[in-house]
Amino acid sequence: MSSSDQQAAPSRLAVPELLIGVGLLACAGAVAWQTLAIPVSPLYSKVGPTVFPYLTMVGLVVLSLLLILAALRGGWQPEEERETPTDWKAMGFVVIGLLANLLLIQPLGFTAASVIMFVLVCYGFGSKRTLRDVGLGLILALAAYFGFARALGVNIGAGFIENQLNTVIDQIIGTFGA
Amino acid sequence: METLGHLAHGFSVAFTPVNLLWCLLGTTLGTAIGVLPGLGPALTIALLLPITYQVAPEASFILFAGIYYGAMYGGSTTSILLNTPGESATIVTALEGNKMARSGRGGAALATSAIGSFVAGTIGTMGVAFLAPVVVKFALAFGPAEYFSLMVLAFITVSAVLGSSSVRGLTSLFAGFVIGMIGVDLQTGQPRFTFGMTELLDGVDVIIAAVGLFAVGETLYMASRRYAGKDEIVPLRGSLYMTSAEWGRSWKPWLRGAAIGFPIGAMPAGGAEIPTFLSYAIEKKLSKHKEEFGTVGAIEGVAGPEAANNASAAGVLVPMLTLGLPTSATAAIMLSAFQSYGINPGPLLLTTQGDLVWGLIASLFIANVILVILNLPLIGLWVRLLKIPAPQLYAGILVFATVGTYGISQSPVDLVILYLLGAAGFLMRRFDFPTAPVIIGMILGPLAETQFRRAMTISNGDWSVFYKHPLSLTLLTLAFIGLVGPHIWAYVEHRRRRGPEHVPGDA
Repeated sequence: MSSSDQQAAPSRLAVPELLIGVGLLACAGAVAWQTLAIPVSPLYSKVGPTVFPYLTMVGLVVLSLLLILAALRGGWQPEEERETPTDWKAMGFVVIGLLANLLLIQPLGFTAASVIMFVLVCYGFGSKRTLRDVGLGLILALAAYFGFARALGVNIGAGFIENQLNTVIDQIIGTFGA
Repeated sequence: METLGHLAHGFSVAFTPVNLLWCLLGTTLGTAIGVLPGLGPALTIALLLPITYQVAPEASFILFAGIYYGAMYGGSTTSILLNTPGESATIVTALEGNKMARSGRGGAALATSAIGSFVAGTIGTMGVAFLAPVVVKFALAFGPAEYFSLMVLAFITVSAVLGSSSVRGLTSLFAGFVIGMIGVDLQTGQPRFTFGMTELLDGVDVIIAAVGLFAVGETLYMASRRYAGKDEIVPLRGSLYMTSAEWGRSWKPWLRGAAIGFPIGAMPAGGAEIPTFLSYAIEKKLSKHKEEFGTVGAIEGVAGPEAANNASAAGVLVPMLTLGLPTSATAAIMLSAFQSYGINPGPLLLTTQGDLVWGLIASLFIANVILVILNLPLIGLWVRLLKIPAPQLYAGILVFATVGTYGISQSPVDLVILYLLGAAGFLMRRFDFPTAPVIIGMILGPLAETQFRRAMTISNGDWSVFYKHPLSLTLLTLAFIGLVGPHIWAYVEHRRRRGPEHVPGDA
């Protein structure tokens, strides 16, 4: 951060930090654009719905300029973080798992999508026993669906696995009821 | 004493079998998530928010409070045995606690932290019971201008004063403001920041924000750092019971820790980091066994900070219950639980919701008793939880993240927002931005805006209300000092140390 601490090694531009600062400036721009889009009735012209958004925008602009300045002076990322190499493969599998969940949750239902995500994330984190992960994922997803979601009264949408099980459960209840 | 009467009534609420069960469930769950790395009370309470549609307010707050206290107890176990502090508040516990575990005194470290948590938690809860009515009397004089200024002060302290950088803390806070403003403006009905999307009219649910930042962000972060190496669990050896010498070295740090932690937690600044570090420094200075600090582990360095941590966690409840002012991510999510019941925490809460508040405080005493039992004799159970392998743990966290998010409205758009916030949370972890101010800004920002507009409407658009009221001016001045003071201090120190000729601007 400080240029006076190491006179021998002049601080360099830190690119990732610069991108964060610029990205934040862009966010401030988006805030400004969206604030201009808020229609203001003259009734509220003094303390209407745009006062706080404008204040926030000004704050974001100032902060992003300060961050850019810090980036130009060598950035702020902690030494320990900078020196740890990123495991892109592991992250990649987690991201693929999340995207698979997003795309499959409507067509296949929560349980099936969750199992696929579970297996991909486990693999990304280095688990080699994929078949066991399928089983674990299925148990966990069903527990989450029937225990957590049902107990809390949360509707998370049923797919074919849930529908089959619901039919079976209904049948069992039906037989015992009769 | 009026308070004692209220407390007795509170115990009659908390001692019903159903509420005792909620308390037991909350403390057990809280300990579990405190022990598990990657899960915290803020995330857990956010995931359980839908329960507010199902059960009475007393029940859900007893559950949430149990989780809140339980996570503090569980977190110290992980710090001591794994040296991976689950939360910033337990960093200090790991310093000496893990050293003690490595030199075969893990049992004593766990015992002093559990009993110290009990002592300090009980003192802190007593502090809540007796201080809350006093604060209420004071707060009844607050108008909208004072409330707004108080919130500004809280914003500055949670984001700029605590943490490593005020610029990054404030950036997190302002990002929270933006997220909090998405949706329909309650006073005029105008949609804001919705980018024309109908899905955003209802705003971003606090569940999505908490789960995105704390669950998805944390999972991505852990995945990215697989090369960083792992900490090993120190096997638990030796007896769990402290020798009389260890008791003798523990009880004073417990009391000192509680005395440091509660007032700092109860201030509208909050945060458990400062009291724990302060307690550590004091114990190190006062200890007769200085040579044990940083080598084999000194029991005072565990007892004091653990007590400070729990007392400050209790203290945070004072501004939350009396002023509606959350100063931690967990408290902010509890505030949104109040909102979900249509209850506005504030000075009137203690009178209008007496059953709820006093039942909650009474249940905290009970939770402390349950927790010390759960965490001492049953410690082996929690140690086993630490052995859950990372792949399945984080994959499982993501499954529950999906339930919590997709369950809100079965909309894939919510999942997209979740993942975007998760990506943001990942970057924030990598680049040392604090995440709690995002949640606080998101919940407290709209409340501050309401008070601001109320004050401006009353004054007919005259900005001077904020500095003509003496109390409001005082609060704003304190906020300003909090923002600028540390920088001036650093500048003066810098000058003093390096001499006046070496001062190129280092803002």
